[in-house]
Amino acid sequence: MFTATRGRLGALALVAVGATVALAGCSSGDPLDSGSSDSGDGSSPTIVIGSQDYYSNEIIAEIYAQALEANDITVDRQFRIGQREVYIPEIESGSIDLFPEYTGNLLQFYVPDTTATTSDDVYAALSDALPEGLRVLDQSPATDQDSYNVTKAFSDANGVTSLADLAGVSTPLTLGGNSELATRPYGPEGLKSVYGVDVAFTPIEDSGGPLTLKALVDDQVQLVNIYSADPNIEANDLVTLEDPEGLFLASNVVPVVSDKVTDEIADIINTVSAALTAADLVSLNGLSVNEQQSADQIASDWLAEKALF
Amino acid sequence: MNYFIDGFAWILDPANWTGPGNIAQRLGEHLAVAASVLVIAAVIALPVGALIGHTGKGREIAVMVSGGLRALPTLGVLTLFGLWLGIGLAAPVLALVILAIPPLLAGAYAGFESVDRRTVDAARAMGMREIQIVGGVELPLGMPILVGGIRSASVQIIATATLAAYLADEGLGRYIFEGLKTRDYAEMLGGSILVIALALAVDGCFAILQRVVVPAGVRATRSRELRSRSSRPRTATG
Repeated sequence: MFTATRGRLGALALVAVGATVALAGCSSGDPLDSGSSDSGDGSSPTIVIGSQDYYSNEIIAEIYAQALEANDITVDRQFRIGQREVYIPEIESGSIDLFPEYTGNLLQFYVPDTTATTSDDVYAALSDALPEGLRVLDQSPATDQDSYNVTKAFSDANGVTSLADLAGVSTPLTLGGNSELATRPYGPEGLKSVYGVDVAFTPIEDSGGPLTLKALVDDQVQLVNIYSADPNIEANDLVTLEDPEGLFLASNVVPVVSDKVTDEIADIINTVSAALTAADLVSLNGLSVNEQQSADQIASDWLAEKALF
Repeated sequence: MNYFIDGFAWILDPANWTGPGNIAQRLGEHLAVAASVLVIAAVIALPVGALIGHTGKGREIAVMVSGGLRALPTLGVLTLFGLWLGIGLAAPVLALVILAIPPLLAGAYAGFESVDRRTVDAARAMGMREIQIVGGVELPLGMPILVGGIRSASVQIIATATLAAYLADEGLGRYIFEGLKTRDYAEMLGGSILVIALALAVDGCFAILQRVVVPAGVRATRSRELRSRSSRPRTATG
C-alpha cells in the first residue's frame, strides 16, 4: 500500500514536471511566426498572392493571379488565410508579396484613432502609415466597407434612412456583428459619440453572413454590420443607413505589395484596379453567393469581359 | 514577448474582474451553460443507456448512433441550429447536447453492462423485481463507470461551450473570439487558460465523485486486490 501510494505520487510529480516543461516550450516566441519562405533563384521570382478568408477578397486575389499569369509571371496562390490580424505579419515578414486589401480597414489597423474619412484622405494617410518594406499600389474605385443596415420594414416604420435618424428611435436598439465590432472605433462607442445613439451589442461571429441576416430579419437585432458590397443587402431588401458624419472610413480595394513586386507587375495590377468598379464588385460577389460560381471562373469571365490582357 | 505570462497577467488584472463582461460573470455564464447542457443531455441519454445496459438489447444501435453523433462537427451543427432557431443560447445549447449524448450514453450502458450477470441473476433469484434490480443492484455497482461517462461529457462540454459566444454574448468564448480578432493575445490566452482551468477543476470534482460512489462492499474487495497486487513486486524483487 505504502509503495503504491508513493509510486502514484511519483507519477503525478512526473506529469506535473512534464507539463510545465511542455507549456514553457509553447510560451516562448511568437506563435504566428512561421519563418519566411524563400523562393529566390533571382531571375523571375514567384509572386505569392494571399487573400482573406472572405469570398469577395478571394475573387479579387484570383483576378490578380490570372492577370499576372496572362503576362507570364509565375504566381503561388495562398488564399483564405484568415483575418487581418493573422496575415499582416506574414506580409510584413515577406512570406506574401501581393494581397488585396481595403484602405479604410487597413488604415484603422495601423492607426486606430485616425481622423481621415474620405477616400483620398484615407489613401494618403495609409501610404504614410505603412511600415518599411510595404507599399500600396493605386486604389480601385471599388469599395467594400463596413456599413450599418436595417430592414426595409424598420426603416419605413421609424423613418430611418441615416445613422443620424437613429437617435430619434424610441425602442431599444441592438447591434449585431463580429465580436471585434464591440471594440472598433465605429462600434457602439462611435455610434454614441458621433450620433448620440445608444445601442446594445450582440456578437454574431459570421461576418454579416446568414446568421446575422436571420437575426436581423427575425428582429432579434435591429442594426447589423454588413460589408457594403454584399449582394445580400439588395437580395434581402435591406436599407444601408447613410453616414453623413463619416463614422466609417471610406474603404477602397487596394493591393498591398512587398518589395518583390516590380514596376512591370505594379502596372498590370494598377490596370486591373482601375477597371474594377464598385458595381462590378457587387455583381462579382453576387455570382459567388447566388450562382455558386468558383472564384476561378468569376475572375476569368470578368477579365474576358473587360478585355484585359 | 511571452504570451503565456501575459495571459496569466491578464487574468490577474483587477480591471478584468469588474464591469460588464468581467471574468467572474463570464465564468458563471460558462458554468451555467455547461450545467444546463449536462442536465438536458443526461435526462435524455442516461435512461436510454440504463435500459440498453440492463436488457442487453439495442447495444449495436446505440454504438452506431453515438458514433455518428460523435462525428458531427459542433460548429457546423451550431450554424445549422442557428439558422433555424436564430441567435441566442438555444442553438449552442442544442449543439452541445448533441456533443454530450455519446459519452453519457456510453457511460450509462457500459456501467450497467459491467455488472456481473451472476450478481444480477442472484438478485433475481432472491425475488427482486426488475426495477429493484436496476435501482438496487446495477445502478450502485455500475455507478463508477456511469460517473466516468458524465465526467468525460462535462469536460467536453466545458471546452466546447466557448462556441456559445459565436451566437450570444455569453461565456468565456467571448474572450477568445474578441482577443483573436483584435490581436489582444493576452486576452485570448487568458480566456483559454480559464477554460482549461475550469475543465480541469470540474474533471477533478468528478474524479473524486467517481471514488466516492464506489459501493462499500466493492471498495473492500478492491483494496484487498490492491494489497495483493502491491505485494507481488515485492516478492519478485526480494
